[in-house]
Amino acid sequence: QIGSLGGGCMSGGGNDIQWCFSQVKGAVDDDVAEADIISTVEFNHSGELLATGDKGGRVVIFQQEQENKIQSHSRGEYNVYSTFQSHEPEFDYLKSLEIEEKINKIRWLPQKNAAQFLLSTNDKTIKLWKISERDKRPEGYNLKEEDGRYRDPTTVTTLRVPVFRPMDLMVEASPRRIFANAHTYHINSISINSDYETYLSADDLRINLWHLEITDRSFNIVDIKPANMEELTEVITAAEFHPNSCNTFVYSSSKGTIRLCDMRASALCDRHSKLFEEPEDPSNRSFFSEIISSISDVKFSHSGRYMMTRDYLSVKIWDLNMENRPVETYQVHEYLRSKLCSLYENDCIFDKFECCWNGSDSVVMTGSYNNFFRMFDRNTKRDITLEASRENNKPRTVLKPRKVCASGKRKKDEISVDSLDFNKKILHTAWHPKENIIAVATTNNLYIFQDKVN
Amino acid sequence: MFARGLKRKCADHEEDMGGALAGFRAVPSYSLQRQSLLDMSLVKLQLCHMLVEPNLCRSVLIANTVRQIQEEMTQDGTWRVAAPQSTGRAPLDRLVSTEILCRSMREQDGVHPAPGMGDDHVLGPGSELSTVTSAQTPRDPQNSVWEMDSPRENRGNFQKSLDQIFETLETRNPSSAEELFSDMDSSYYDLDTVLTGVVSRAEPGPCDGLQGLPPVATPASSSSCKSDLGELDHVMEILVET
Repeated sequence: QIGSLGGGCMSGGGNDIQWCFSQVKGAVDDDVAEADIISTVEFNHSGELLATGDKGGRVVIFQQEQENKIQSHSRGEYNVYSTFQSHEPEFDYLKSLEIEEKINKIRWLPQKNAAQFLLSTNDKTIKLWKISERDKRPEGYNLKEEDGRYRDPTTVTTLRVPVFRPMDLMVEASPRRIFANAHTYHINSISINSDYETYLSADDLRINLWHLEITDRSFNIVDIKPANMEELTEVITAAEFHPNSCNTFVYSSSKGTIRLCDMRASALCDRHSKLFEEPEDPSNRSFFSEIISSISDVKFSHSGRYMMTRDYLSVKIWDLNMENRPVETYQVHEYLRSKLCSLYENDCIFDKFECCWNGSDSVVMTGSYNNFFRMFDRNTKRDITLEASRENNKPRTVLKPRKVCASGKRKKDEISVDSLDFNKKILHTAWHPKENIIAVATTNNLYIFQDKVN
Repeated sequence: MFARGLKRKCADHEEDMGGALAGFRAVPSYSLQRQSLLDMSLVKLQLCHMLVEPNLCRSVLIANTVRQIQEEMTQDGTWRVAAPQSTGRAPLDRLVSTEILCRSMREQDGVHPAPGMGDDHVLGPGSELSTVTSAQTPRDPQNSVWEMDSPRENRGNFQKSLDQIFETLETRNPSSAEELFSDMDSSYYDLDTVLTGVVSRAEPGPCDGLQGLPPVATPASSSSCKSDLGELDHVMEILVET
């Protein structure tokens, strides 16, 4: 089943969603500071918190305001909750190489107590951060003054019990665990297991299993490094644990395959339990076939029954019970197929787009160029192209659907392929786990859209 | 040099093919397009070879593309009727890139036998580095024009170049040191040594009429690549002289 290219529009009547601009975060100027480039976006399990990571190694967490019951025309806004420097640039003296501080992925742990926990990773090191609130402070110590100076014990004539008094809310982030020195290659994925005790980290050639409490040891569960590096033809591009089965995970490759592994089968999961691969379409074969088949992201559905993969031109939905082909394929920007040579030349063909599911697994979303992003409704088979742009976007304005004119006469309001800005790419998007609120990252801005609430 | 061989062969090729290829002469020759793609890929491999920490996925994908082209070129007796249309039209300025490669190859005359079509002597992973290092690799006159990068990055890249050279020169010992240095595929390096002295960016000819396509400019990396090629030259000279 192929999703139509902009044939059906998702906005308009009935149950269709109308997406509205809500907020945009980040600098306004066109001059993008390299450190501000957003490199990952992730909602937490309740959707109340939204984390972004950037190339400068910083994590910014936004919190949704509690709904204002009086002004119920929109959901709560997201405002900055905490900002901290997660990773710093490092220098590997042995190889004379810099290790970038760019945050590649953030994953939230489910909330167990008052504090929030997340994992953030750069190319080499994963860190567990605790984000906690402090809105009370103890006052009335016997041996200390209010400013912290120690009192002379001889001046103490009475004793009192210190009490907690309210203070301005302070949000503190502290690193609780640092998981280092386990990856020779660049980490591309982290995924928390459904047991909430272990997690995996994947680099180009290996996947390691960690226990959240233990930092000095990790278990290697996948290793595809050939004995002779000259024989290397395939790398790992993404990996994820199954949302419900704590022994199952998948990893995708640069050759367009997905392997599902069962950790109960053996300690080293080099032999997959299932191999998902779609046979190549011989009519579309070219020198670029392999590159565009490389999978840039893999995500399980919330139900755990399906998984979605993103390659350069399309999004595919796979049923875990069927290995030989996807059950659904959606073309993201098929008009680029005839431009692959140019996109290879300017390196855009290597861009790694991510994808995400909505809370009910009925709609999937992914980014494209020109600050466009696409949504595909799996039930109605309709799709929509929207743009993340500051122009003409006031809060609660409904987004206008966009259309790219592949060839021939360009209609009014359509954009021709040649006018697309390939520097404006949307690689990272996230969908609120429960509501129709989405976060879309352009190069250095974070856009929040939500559906129109009456 | 393989480019030069191909050019010579190309003219013969098209004449020889005659009837079989008659239908394709109207389209800018497939073999020229393919050659252009090969050139572009080799330059890209060099660029990512010189970056501080190359993206392994990208390197692998480009190397696989080079291998595909190479395989096809070696099999070209059996002609495939379906020409991949994705390479698109090839304007004449693409030939400039081939020309540049040819020019530098001629400076290394006498080093390698000129391969004909299908001779993958140079590209094969089995190429002995020692063959190349014993050659006279003249300093590319354009070295002096290249800007120098920041000292630290220079040192880092220079060190990495040295590492790569040592890795291929030494016999492989199973040790942790090998583990560290074995990140880079030595076959990439073989391609590098062949192309030493090449200007870092071959003239990019747009494959299609995508005039408005802004190139993703990475001036920093290309200038560091140029200075790294200069460093590599320098290192090669040191090795040759000792």
